[in-house]
Amino acid sequence: MTSTVQDATNSATGNPGPSDSGTRTTGILCLLGFIVVAALAFFATEPDDVQGDLVRIMYVHVPVAIMSYVGFVVGAIASGYYLRKRSPAADLVAQASIEIGVLAGVLTIVTGAVWGQPTWGTYWNWGDVRLVSMLVLVLLYVGYLALRGVGGDPTSQARRSAVVAILSAFMIPIVRNSVDWWKNRTLHQTSSLTDGQLEDLTLFTLVLSIGVFLLFFVWLTTKRFRLAWLEYQRDELGLGDAIAQRRAEAERGVEAAIANPLRDPASKGSEA
Amino acid sequence: MFRDALLIAGKDLRIEARSRVVFSQVLPFAILALVLFAFALDADRVALRDFSPGLFWVAVLFAGLLAIQRTTNLEHDDSTIDSLRLSALEPPSIFAGKTMAISVQLLALQALLVLGVLMFYGAAIDSLGDAALLGVTSVVSSVGVAAAGTLYGALTAGIRGRETLLPILLLPVLAPVLIGATRAFDDALGSAAVNGWAWLALLGLFAVVYLVFGLLAYGILLEES
Repeated sequence: MTSTVQDATNSATGNPGPSDSGTRTTGILCLLGFIVVAALAFFATEPDDVQGDLVRIMYVHVPVAIMSYVGFVVGAIASGYYLRKRSPAADLVAQASIEIGVLAGVLTIVTGAVWGQPTWGTYWNWGDVRLVSMLVLVLLYVGYLALRGVGGDPTSQARRSAVVAILSAFMIPIVRNSVDWWKNRTLHQTSSLTDGQLEDLTLFTLVLSIGVFLLFFVWLTTKRFRLAWLEYQRDELGLGDAIAQRRAEAERGVEAAIANPLRDPASKGSEA
Repeated sequence: MFRDALLIAGKDLRIEARSRVVFSQVLPFAILALVLFAFALDADRVALRDFSPGLFWVAVLFAGLLAIQRTTNLEHDDSTIDSLRLSALEPPSIFAGKTMAISVQLLALQALLVLGVLMFYGAAIDSLGDAALLGVTSVVSSVGVAAAGTLYGALTAGIRGRETLLPILLLPVLAPVLIGATRAFDDALGSAAVNGWAWLALLGLFAVVYLVFGLLAYGILLEES
């Protein structure tokens, strides 16, 4: 493990912060993508026959829902890799992508509720399978973030977190199915993507929006990972650096004392 | 492995029999929960009878958390888990043994709580089939809850704030058990027209999944850090 830490550290020490040309390019692409999606979503696409303008929230709601699932799955894969290779970087990738996944999950619930109020006449509907299962999943991963927040020995924390991330990912189908059987009904639309009822431009906008949001996920996760990596380096290398600094100071002090023995009686005494 | 697991389970249950923490603290807590639910629902007998399966399972889960925390702390407070490992016991055996012990405690708790629900909430078991459904549901759910609880107990063992972390991590995981077991009890106690036996499939799946995960992952969690 030490060698992986060392390698990763060496490759990252040249990195001054969470940004570089790669993330900047990705960020600019995301921004341009969002502008194009917003223009298409608000002006170019037609309102829905039944839902009217409300349908436009779909261009955010569906992509963030996909983004949160991607975050959870990436988190589980990175955690599995951590348990095999014990690479601290993989642990931090898991942390970063699950944090973004939780954020996207909360956004999914909020956008769903905002859409639900005018459409169903209520912000929350316990009869809706997807709503309830998303809430339980987000709570599951909030627990993961709470576990990461307690501190303590970093290795044991990484191990515990990795196990929770993998277990939680396996809970996704169980939670989905149990909630599904619980009410056995849903107000939710069937998948807008696959039911073949979308017009060409609407479909194009939705797919483009999903693509842009996934790019946004990559951008956010990379940034979050870099930040976590810097924190990790600070914690991991902080003590070693501090000792090295004190040592260097001590050596400088001794050299100064040799060069000018009369200035400081204390160092003169130690020299004698 | 099975013999080792039985040894561990026997040890935990012996400690429990001598200290009686489950009976002197966890069971009163569960009964208190039943009483508080009655207050919260304004002692409406019809509402209490209709909701008795759900209230029963919420009480079981909350009280179960205490039992799980207690069994986990047994090993981790004085690092006896290291002694267990030094006795050449494999982590899967330890997991299986602790799961058995918690299952037995949960079953004893439920047996007494069912009496409480019948008495306080006016729920009724009409036939032998219903009684069988009740019993099988209890056993399968207990194994699932115990397996997940043992695993998450080890996950949060020995870290700061474990008393609050365990519920945050475990309760969302147990949501499918709450749903499935409540529905099965709905059938057995006649509070809703559902097919309770079908819900056993979900409970069984949950128990199997967490048994497998526990056997696989318990060793990782016991590793030296």
